[in-house]
Amino acid sequence: MEKSNDSTQPQELSFTWKALNKVGIKNKQQRQADRESDPVYQRIDTHAMTLVISQGRLSAKRLEKSQKVGKILAIIFTYVFLGVMSLIVLLPFYWMLITSLKSNTEIRSDVQTFWPRVVMWSNYVTVFKHFDFGTYLTNTLIVGVLSTIGTLITTIFAAFAFARLEFKGKNVLFAILLATMMIPGEMMVITNYITVANFGWLTSKTGAFTAMIVPFWISVFYIYLLRQNFLQIPNELYLAAKVDGKSDWEYLWKVMVPLSAPTLISIFILKLMGAWNSYVWPNLVADQQEWRLITNGLRQTAFVVEGTSDPDYGLQMAATVVVTVPLLLLFIFFRKYIMRGVGRAGIKG
Amino acid sequence: MVKKNNWKAWLYLAPVIILMAVFTFYPLINTIGISFLKNYNYLTATSDGFTFDNYGYVLGIVPKVYTSGGQTFYLYFTDVIQKALPNTLFITFVTVPISVLISLLISVGLNSIKWFKKFLQTIFFVPYVTNAIAVGMVFGVIFADKGLWNYIFQLGQQHWIDASKDGLPSDWGHAMFALCFYIIWHSLPFKILIFLSGLQNIDKQYYDAAKIDSAGRVKTFWKITVPLLSPQILYVMITSFIAAFKEYNSVIGLFGADNAGWYTGSHDLYTIVYYVYDCISDGNVQLGAAAAVMLFIIIMLFTAIQFWVSKKRVHY
Repeated sequence: MEKSNDSTQPQELSFTWKALNKVGIKNKQQRQADRESDPVYQRIDTHAMTLVISQGRLSAKRLEKSQKVGKILAIIFTYVFLGVMSLIVLLPFYWMLITSLKSNTEIRSDVQTFWPRVVMWSNYVTVFKHFDFGTYLTNTLIVGVLSTIGTLITTIFAAFAFARLEFKGKNVLFAILLATMMIPGEMMVITNYITVANFGWLTSKTGAFTAMIVPFWISVFYIYLLRQNFLQIPNELYLAAKVDGKSDWEYLWKVMVPLSAPTLISIFILKLMGAWNSYVWPNLVADQQEWRLITNGLRQTAFVVEGTSDPDYGLQMAATVVVTVPLLLLFIFFRKYIMRGVGRAGIKG
Repeated sequence: MVKKNNWKAWLYLAPVIILMAVFTFYPLINTIGISFLKNYNYLTATSDGFTFDNYGYVLGIVPKVYTSGGQTFYLYFTDVIQKALPNTLFITFVTVPISVLISLLISVGLNSIKWFKKFLQTIFFVPYVTNAIAVGMVFGVIFADKGLWNYIFQLGQQHWIDASKDGLPSDWGHAMFALCFYIIWHSLPFKILIFLSGLQNIDKQYYDAAKIDSAGRVKTFWKITVPLLSPQILYVMITSFIAAFKEYNSVIGLFGADNAGWYTGSHDLYTIVYYVYDCISDGNVQLGAAAAVMLFIIIMLFTAIQFWVSKKRVHY
């Protein structure tokens, strides 16, 4: 085989190597050694060319290898990071649970224990004596369900009008509604408090409940959400219903509402959770203990060590567990609806 | 479509319009009005006329004048300008960037993994479905002087949120740290959910192209992920700025409503919304109104700035 000094002929060289490789299947080092001992190879004096071929080949291999290692490292790092973060996310829940089962002396001792030495179920018994869970639960459910049903009705009507009907000023009105979402609620709270006081809603239980329900019968965000959903229902269905002689009213309840059931369920659950978590407004309007909602009851009940003013964290956490668990159960059963309802918010934009 | 739908449409909209007129639009105008009334009494709806003083009182530049026993006292309210406003701004500018960054990293991590994806996604969402007050109380226990935080980091018996036995309150820095930690923890799930839904919509081709150009992970994150996620980032930024400006529930959850043995000295962790609610319960509605209007202006300003910035930076 002719030795080639010409660096512009890589073809020939690679041909040489192929021939060499044909001798037998050898491992890399052997092949490399073979190459180097090969007189043809030794006589090659083409720096540039060997650079192109051998280095390019090697670095590609090395790159691949280092990429593989990097990838595995990245995966490990990602899992470690996510694991640590999820521990931080879950730790408060764990801590709430085990603290609720500890005695106060154990909680206040110098060494924190990650499992109660003595499991104090009695904390829960004591809590139900101090903390009027039954009343708060009933109040919260009444307020929550009634305000949710009201919201669903107004939302369905408004979303229908915005999605399906034509009227003057539709876009302007919709824009105004959306703009109100940016206004901090505190602007409204002051006047609303005066309004409900003038309505005489602050003096009776029914009044307080009305004050906690009626102002919450509107939610612009849910109108927006449902309108988007209604808009996705194909026009043909509407026209077909029209041909069948169905009125708008029938079409709304027989076609649109059933088709949007998932969104409506999301709204229902999120709204119920809202009532469960609401603190500020009920705190203002329901100033009698037996009118309170669950969150207000939780924060305003003093869980203290018998005969002192020191907080009894065990009791406090037991009450917190009682308030948190229903929400977590709701989340477990309706995870899909909750996450979809909340996540929908971000897809616009 | 059909013109005769006109009156019917308004009928469908009637409940919303009536309710919003009473509980949204009227209050909006009325609150602004009240903020300019002198000595407004909301029970009798009377006042001593128009004034700018409420804003002056809230900002601590106009003194309230009392005369008692022939002597005149000038009283400046400093709660807002010295405590509520700085606290609110501090909370906003610390918690929003940190929580956005952390949730961005978590979302990118979640989006890149194969196993346990759904499971981890669910775990990261759990704080969203909890009660801000209830979990605030849990953090109160964690940050107690003999609590988990001090124990894990071997800090002795630092007072983060509770006053010590001898009545010494924990200092502002400690209390604020605990508060910010809790706020960040509680604000992650919403952001992660939004970011994840955005990430799932990014075309994989962009990442393949980046790979061909052998762009590193960090470069890919800043040059591809962040720009393509910018609509979601803008949305999250705006909503979390607004939420942070209105921080109140976390303070109540962590430090308690009645200040009984929990609170860190007098109004050290006041926020603007906290001030507004205190004004309502104290009957100083006009001051609360003035503070609420100021909050409204601040929020509008920041939202406008963000939209302005987004014009250049957000890629739709």
